[in-house]
Amino acid sequence: MTWIPEAASNLAGKVDGVILVITLISIFFFVLITAVLIYFAVKYRRKRDDEETPYITGNEPLEIIWTVIPSILLILLFVYGFVVYKDMRTPPKDAVDITVTGKQWIWTFDYYNGKKSLNELYVKQNVPVRMIMRADDVLHSFFIPQFRVKQDILPGRYTQLWFTPTKVGTYDLYCAEYCGTGHSQMLGKVIVLSPEAYDIWEKGIGVDEGDAVASLPPEELGEKLYKEKGCNACHSLDGSVVIGPSFKGLFGKTGTLEDGSTYVADENYIIKSIYEPQAEIVQGFQPVMPSFKGILSEGEVDALIAYIKTLK
Amino acid sequence: MANESVATNVYVPYLEQKGFMSWLVTTDHKRIGIMYLISISLFFLIAGIIALLMRFELMTPMADFVSPHTYNVLFTLHGSLMVFFFIVPGLAASFGNFLIPLMIGAPDVAFPKLNLGSYYIYIAGTIIVLYALLQPADTGWTFYTPYSATTDTDVVMITFGVFVLGFSSILTGMNFIVTIHKMRAPGMTWHRLPLFIWASYATAVLQLLATPVVGITLLLLIAERSLGVGFFDPAKGGDPVLFQNFFWFYSHPAVYIMIIPAMGVISEIIPVFARKPIFGYKAIAYSSLGIAFISFLVWAHHMFTSGISEVAATIFSFLTFLVAIPTAIKVFNWLATLYKGSIELHSAMLYALGFVFLFTIGGLTGVFLGALAADIHLHDTYFVVAHMHYVMIGGTVMGFFGALHFWYPKWFGKMFNESVAKLSWFLVFVGFNITFFPQFFLGIQGMPRRYATYPEEFQSLMALSTYGSWILGLGVLIMTVNLIKGLFSDEKAPQNPYGSLSLEWQVPSPPPTLNFDKIPEVTDWTYGYGKKKEVDA
Repeated sequence: MTWIPEAASNLAGKVDGVILVITLISIFFFVLITAVLIYFAVKYRRKRDDEETPYITGNEPLEIIWTVIPSILLILLFVYGFVVYKDMRTPPKDAVDITVTGKQWIWTFDYYNGKKSLNELYVKQNVPVRMIMRADDVLHSFFIPQFRVKQDILPGRYTQLWFTPTKVGTYDLYCAEYCGTGHSQMLGKVIVLSPEAYDIWEKGIGVDEGDAVASLPPEELGEKLYKEKGCNACHSLDGSVVIGPSFKGLFGKTGTLEDGSTYVADENYIIKSIYEPQAEIVQGFQPVMPSFKGILSEGEVDALIAYIKTLK
Repeated sequence: MANESVATNVYVPYLEQKGFMSWLVTTDHKRIGIMYLISISLFFLIAGIIALLMRFELMTPMADFVSPHTYNVLFTLHGSLMVFFFIVPGLAASFGNFLIPLMIGAPDVAFPKLNLGSYYIYIAGTIIVLYALLQPADTGWTFYTPYSATTDTDVVMITFGVFVLGFSSILTGMNFIVTIHKMRAPGMTWHRLPLFIWASYATAVLQLLATPVVGITLLLLIAERSLGVGFFDPAKGGDPVLFQNFFWFYSHPAVYIMIIPAMGVISEIIPVFARKPIFGYKAIAYSSLGIAFISFLVWAHHMFTSGISEVAATIFSFLTFLVAIPTAIKVFNWLATLYKGSIELHSAMLYALGFVFLFTIGGLTGVFLGALAADIHLHDTYFVVAHMHYVMIGGTVMGFFGALHFWYPKWFGKMFNESVAKLSWFLVFVGFNITFFPQFFLGIQGMPRRYATYPEEFQSLMALSTYGSWILGLGVLIMTVNLIKGLFSDEKAPQNPYGSLSLEWQVPSPPPTLNFDKIPEVTDWTYGYGKKKEVDA
């Protein structure tokens, strides 16, 4: 672990410059103040009770110096922080637009080419991206530490940020603004693809991934989807209730719905819960689950069901 | 300073009168100060235990000790209780009440009955909040909309409690302002006032001017929740960011309501134990007022990523850098006061020096958050959590503990065990740093705050932070036991054990009911320590 995360966007290096300069200045003043403090505390430690001390009430030149020097430094730091901030807030004209919707507790991405994805943001290496962002419910905040970008997402208003990913790889996306029970599970991934890989992803399902997915046994694919599509934000595997019912021992279970009728958690019940989550609400739970229609294919739902069956 | 007044009346210590009723109806500022001290200390201990529970949960990445919802409730309670019930009333209400009349040579505050009334309002607020704990809110202490307007938990009760509490703060502030203006002893000119009084004055102005804003904001939130008025709900034409503007318009000055009295305490302790006049008296006094003034103009630095305009962010960043200047000046002045002193490392002095050290870290890390580009990365991460705790614990709580150890003999007429006090200081200081210093690194790494669960890569630093919290907790426990045990010791405190020149030390310990037999005549400032060589300019 390095002291600062990998710099994986065009902005990261600039932000690190600001952080580094402030760090160095802070260390200088911290060491200076601590050294003086300890030196005085040791050197002038009371040895006898009747020691004489001088009557010093101030020293104008000294006070002017220690007012003016920090003032100049602080103003320079302000300017440095501002200059980089200006870059961070000015997307280039040729940036590609991707729309983000934050909703308790999932991220949805809509691409300029009509594609959609959930919790996984696909971007092309070295192509500037402008994120157009809004929230469906409460405040969220879009934060990619490796890119050094962060912006709150609000309901009823668009906010934006931009970056150019510079390194192929997978990076963490966090929600940084507290948004309720599942806040710490509102995690996503940013997948930076090389131009070639991106073109293939654009044409169909991600190639490497598509092949891997096709070759996985359904239970394993289901487990993968459980994590990637955000089921894990609300449905635990250990029987504890986070937001929704736990998946542990779910399959075949019977229970009561909000309207008093009973249900059996069979295949039909699960697929309906995924595509039309508001239709049947289990007693004691809130109607907060979004529909996954158009996000999960029927084959993927089958895989999820296969996975849930394994969770005894 | 005034000479000790000749005892013309019989000395009746203010603690002499016994019985529950004598406390319920007392208008004695010293007794009201004690009642505040006990109340805020209880809330400090409760909120501290909640913090220990949170850190215990955070030892592992998974939510294995409490559920995420419970964790969210815990950090809401920790923040709300610490901020509104401990640290805001904190030093101002407890030590402010006890010390202001004594230090300026007055028999009591200007409005003693109103003072008792303020305390009852505080208690009313606490009862409402304790009731709110039946169905505790999970919004965080900031109550950001729209979440606070939509969550199922009981936000109305806790915000109403805070609203009621606000009146206590406003009335106390007004009482202190009038007291400092009108009740100073003859000869106690503004430039002879102890710096704790200047700090209390600046704090009182902030309390008076800023608190109504949070009161109104919380009222609007209550109206939104219970009547469905859309002040902050975009679906009804409201603006969610408006709440943040309102909230921080109070809560940023509130940060200074919390820290300025502690700065005042430090300015009292250091000269006494260094036997030196405070260095740069006027700079410290006026910087308190300067900080108070600028603190009204920096609130949006909590909102650089919130969606405010880039122009607004830039202006607020600049103003934030300005507030750093008077703060830096104070630190340099405290250091210079030590120069050529005769320094006694009494436990109170250790807390004061600990304050200077920790507050320096808190202040410097604030520069990161004031600089726009750096703040974008660090905002809402553990870096902010660490910075805030370095200011609030490293600053205010160290000041509070320092004040407790410094004025304890005066307040209670008893002595605590000094060796145990030093030991507990050491544990608090070391434990605090182990708890919070790793959090700066966590924040730079990108660990977001208010996470009940977290990615595994953060675990080693998170666990270290939890171990630190145990040492810190042990330190506070030992300190509490030591101070409570001291109350029952037989050792009587002398009138002026440290040789202070301030007026409160010129009356017996504990002070008489009416403070002074005769209102003292003040002839010099409070800090005339050391040997005057020639006439000073």
